[in-house]
Amino acid sequence: MKNIHVSTTVNGDPTEFICAPDESLLDVLRNRLGLTGAKEGCGTGDCGACSVTMDGRLVCSCLVLGAEAEGAAVETIEGMAEGDKLHPLQQHFIDKAALQCGICTPGILVAAKALLEKNPNPTDTEVRYWLAGNLCRCTGYDKIIKAVQSAAAEMRGA
Amino acid sequence: MRYEKPENVAEAVKLLQEEAGVARVLAGGTDVLVQLKAGMLEPDLIVDIKHLEGIKDIVAEDGGYRIGAAVSGARLGEHAGVVALWPGVVEGAELIGSTQVQGRATMAGNLCNGSPAADSVPGLVAANAVVRIAGPDGTRDCPVVDIPVSPGKISLEKGEFITSIFLPARPARPARASDAYLRFIPRTEMDIAVAAAAISLELDADGTCIAARVALGAVAPTVLLVDAAADCIIGTKLDDAALEALAAACSAVCNPIDDKRGTIAFRTQTAGVLAKRAALIAYKRAGGQA
Repeated sequence: MKNIHVSTTVNGDPTEFICAPDESLLDVLRNRLGLTGAKEGCGTGDCGACSVTMDGRLVCSCLVLGAEAEGAAVETIEGMAEGDKLHPLQQHFIDKAALQCGICTPGILVAAKALLEKNPNPTDTEVRYWLAGNLCRCTGYDKIIKAVQSAAAEMRGA
Repeated sequence: MRYEKPENVAEAVKLLQEEAGVARVLAGGTDVLVQLKAGMLEPDLIVDIKHLEGIKDIVAEDGGYRIGAAVSGARLGEHAGVVALWPGVVEGAELIGSTQVQGRATMAGNLCNGSPAADSVPGLVAANAVVRIAGPDGTRDCPVVDIPVSPGKISLEKGEFITSIFLPARPARPARASDAYLRFIPRTEMDIAVAAAAISLELDADGTCIAARVALGAVAPTVLLVDAAADCIIGTKLDDAALEALAAACSAVCNPIDDKRGTIAFRTQTAGVLAKRAALIAYKRAGGQA
């Protein structure tokens, strides 16, 4: 297999990498760029633990080839906080104890941020449907929904 | 495996035609990359078509819309014009997978994956949508209903791929038209249809159905277009007797599999019930008073 050279942007930084043609964006992020926030849960697009945005669209990075990132703008969990200042979603997930083991948390935060950019004032039902592709086996989701809603309320006020 | 990103249609066709091994077209990748990962598919060539001109565009054409083959479900759902003209097609496409999958998945890919349970296909068949296919002999148009052959098999020849899907115009007022899609799954999200029905209909000024197309999903090796079911509601205002006849006509053509997700008897009955309910939704959307 001939490796492919890819020029992309990750969290605002111009980034270049070499990858195999069948290598997923998730593997590129984790193994080549050292961005281990996105997790591999299922590897088949069911669990959402690998969620990132690409050109503003929420995607499972396990179902994107690294080669497809050419010329794209990729945003990951690592780009969410501003320096030491956590994003309101991150802070409210801590305050509301909306995580236990934490494996699903980066994906849920990235997905929730994408929701609030599109819909700053969602109903609980809208949050649940939006996050239907993010599986959590610890919290039972209630705390996650509450954390998203309190972060949304803060962000609307800000 | 090679990954190629052709810059024009002719180059894409040439790549697909000249590959001696297994070639796959990549648009959203939500089926192809899953199959790749699961080891179900070991392609020698992946042709990424997302960089072809116009392939991600939705363009108004002859009163309808031409949807590029790489238009994602999310993008389709944001297009007010398509949502207004063909709400049933859009709701079928939007039922595919999660928000993340919607960011990538395409109707053309859903069609070419060849699943009898593909959520966007019954709506496209009911809409009498037509795909435009590029291939070694140039371009041809083909009704969506003629693409699926059997589970996992489609009628495209080597070197061919879909470049767009055309959703036709609707009649001008005072005639009114709409469509709807319903599926049964045992939960509320993120599942594969056990049975599904799409209905497209046109009404005259007094609310009588003057044209209809009925399509069923997940109850046969391919999505079915059921003319006999459409005939049950044409000429009616979707009264109870017409709806019962519609349901019976749908159940009569079902030839489903029996598995842990649904028995033959359940799928057969459910297809009829869903057709009735979808017909009422389409009727109401078209402005009919049921």
